[in-house]
Amino acid sequence: MESAGEERVSLTDASRRLILLELLVPTVLLAFGIYHGFVQTLYRAGIIRAESFLGIDYYQGLTLHGVINAIVFTTMFAVAFGNALVARFLGREPPVGAAWVSFALMTVGTLLAAFAMFTGRASILYTFYPPLVAHPTFYIGAALLVVGSWVAFFNWIPLYRSWRRENPGRKTPLAIVGIFATFVVWMMATLPLAYEVIVMLIPWSLGMVREINVLLARTLFWFFGHPLVYFWLLPAYVMYYVMLPRIAGGKLYSDFAGRLVFMLFIVFSAPVGVHHQFGDPGISVSWKWLQTLLTYGVALPSLITAFTLAASLEYAARQNGGTGLLRWWTRLPYWDRERWLFGYFFAGLFLFLFGGVTGLINASYSVNNLVHNTAWVPGHFHTTIAGPVFLAFIAMTLHLVSELTGKPVRLKSWNVAVPYLWLLGVALLSIGMSISGIDGEPRRTNLGLGYTNPGSELFVPQWASMARVVAAGGGIMLFAMVVYFAVLVSTLLSKRQREPGLGFPVAEAYHDEPAGFVANFRPWIVIGVLICAIAYAPVLYDVSRATFFGSPSYTPD
Amino acid sequence: MDRAEKLVLGMASALLVVFLSATVFAVARLDITLPTCFTEMEPFDEGEVIEHSEDWYEVHYLAAMWFFEPEELEVPAGATVDLYLTSDDVLHGFQILGTDVNLMAVPGTVNYKRVTFDEPGEYRIVCHEFCGIDHHWMAATITVAER
Ligand code: HEM
Ligand SMILES: [Cu+2]
Ligand SMILES: [Cu+2]
Repeated sequence: MESAGEERVSLTDASRRLILLELLVPTVLLAFGIYHGFVQTLYRAGIIRAESFLGIDYYQGLTLHGVINAIVFTTMFAVAFGNALVARFLGREPPVGAAWVSFALMTVGTLLAAFAMFTGRASILYTFYPPLVAHPTFYIGAALLVVGSWVAFFNWIPLYRSWRRENPGRKTPLAIVGIFATFVVWMMATLPLAYEVIVMLIPWSLGMVREINVLLARTLFWFFGHPLVYFWLLPAYVMYYVMLPRIAGGKLYSDFAGRLVFMLFIVFSAPVGVHHQFGDPGISVSWKWLQTLLTYGVALPSLITAFTLAASLEYAARQNGGTGLLRWWTRLPYWDRERWLFGYFFAGLFLFLFGGVTGLINASYSVNNLVHNTAWVPGHFHTTIAGPVFLAFIAMTLHLVSELTGKPVRLKSWNVAVPYLWLLGVALLSIGMSISGIDGEPRRTNLGLGYTNPGSELFVPQWASMARVVAAGGGIMLFAMVVYFAVLVSTLLSKRQREPGLGFPVAEAYHDEPAGFVANFRPWIVIGVLICAIAYAPVLYDVSRATFFGSPSYTPD
Repeated sequence: MDRAEKLVLGMASALLVVFLSATVFAVARLDITLPTCFTEMEPFDEGEVIEHSEDWYEVHYLAAMWFFEPEELEVPAGATVDLYLTSDDVLHGFQILGTDVNLMAVPGTVNYKRVTFDEPGEYRIVCHEFCGIDHHWMAATITVAER
């Protein structure tokens, strides 16, 4: 693989500051998102038995939790990470003017949406299903955030083209393949979203149109909502393929596998959103089943990844002196304070074993009946987005902050513990929610007042006891984040010890085959778009004939 | 690709084929169905129970902020119950605990599912989609009577 090692490049101050801001602005907001995650577990366990706590209503807080953690933090991080990868691996700094425009759009969008959420004008959760309506600033803010991320991507494309022209015959660096795949998936996801938000929701929330087709909006949302999860996951995959093997002390088992995986995600990420709508009316079972099939297709690249990463870790462990069929697992740098990224990546991958299996269960057509909209679902995705994705993102934030400021990471022995604390907390939270979920406990519900309140006629005893386990998990997750913030802040406040710059640990490939049929994006994008058309055209037709009339708007109160 | 990779790819694909066959088996042999595109009935604006016969009930469930209509239903064990579900306002969820009934109530459309309750007892319906500030109170019951 090209340019392996720890080579650092230097950036202009303007780019450096921009990337730092793109990392730190959402990290500050994250404090609210995390806080409310913890408080939710208290409400659900009946430890807080009220509609609201410290001035924030349960559903207002849940909206903040979902929007900040899953939309704002992830999107801004992906842009910052992309800017850094392009500068490092293409050796070209993204033009700073457009990069600042992108950041400004994302920030203004975030502030508009934050205004609506914090003032209680948008307590309709991060899926914003109509006909519940929010203040127009919420939708306009979301649109600006997305447009800002598009600008960043368009800013990189010419740099990629010129790199290809100047380096004929060389393989595109794997990190670049990965981040471009991420943003191709993002484009495919955000086009239906843009239609929903700009054409349908904004005019309707402004009162320019009276009625909205609820099922169509919901279908477009999930046309966006599933590829969204790969937009979250793929930057983490870039780190796993490009960086993890080197940190572990080895090589990437197969460079070709990495390229194939990223291209497969372009093909299969989008045409699967109907698996969130198995219980919906207005969509034929044939199309529901077809999207089950395609969802299994998108499991394939993750199964390939599981093998490739395990093989890379085994190679590393054997380089470190590991032996035996399984004993080599003990020869990895779990607690190495200098190679702290390893713990964050490893803990995330461990959670993702469960995230992957539960994801396949969710996708499995009629099995979905058992768990749809129960607590099982947040149990699942706290082992995906709040597992590997979140751990990889906060780890990379810390790494980039340290690189871009020239300040080595502080509180190192605390820092190595963060991912394992988080792992423990998520395990309790997810096991608790999964068990109650199979028992029918609803998600998105302030359980403490009724369902977990012994004084209420709605009381369900087994949900109440499991909700305590969940709250214990939430407490440990909160603690892990307090430690993380302490590490980040004390790093930021420390003295600069070397020149600011930008470097990543980059692995060599063990099998370094030619890129072959995965060398170019174009054919994969064409196939992806075609499959989307085949999977969604009949769904949209069904939705149009099953909807008898549109809906006026309703506020949640 | 080396031999190990080809082997793993084959195993992974085989696993997915097994899962896919299981979904087909569930429909073909176990009769577990999902709601489909249903256009035969217009959305209604009140709940209703129609007893076609001792063994066949038709129930129109209306979900609204923040109740279900009918709020209480009584049917005999073993009777075929055709459930029709719509919403009078926003999205609602409709899960009957302890059964495989798990539906969305979408305004402007009608959802349909056929069920039989073999075990007598009290069944609870829970709204599991956020539908506004009193969402957590939205529930109903079905009593299945012994024959
Ligand atoms: C202290 C850490 C956290 C705790 C205790 C926590 C807890 C929870 C709980 C209990 C729910 C379910 C609430 C309900 O359905 O009523 C939830 C939902 C959710 N969480 Fe977390 N969470 C944490 C961190 C995160 C992180 C880091 C992310 C993403 C990066 C995340 C993403 C989400 C999302 C997307 C939802 C769904 C919101 C919705 O249904 O509208 N959470 N969280
Ligand atoms: Cu999905
Ligand atoms: Cu509800």
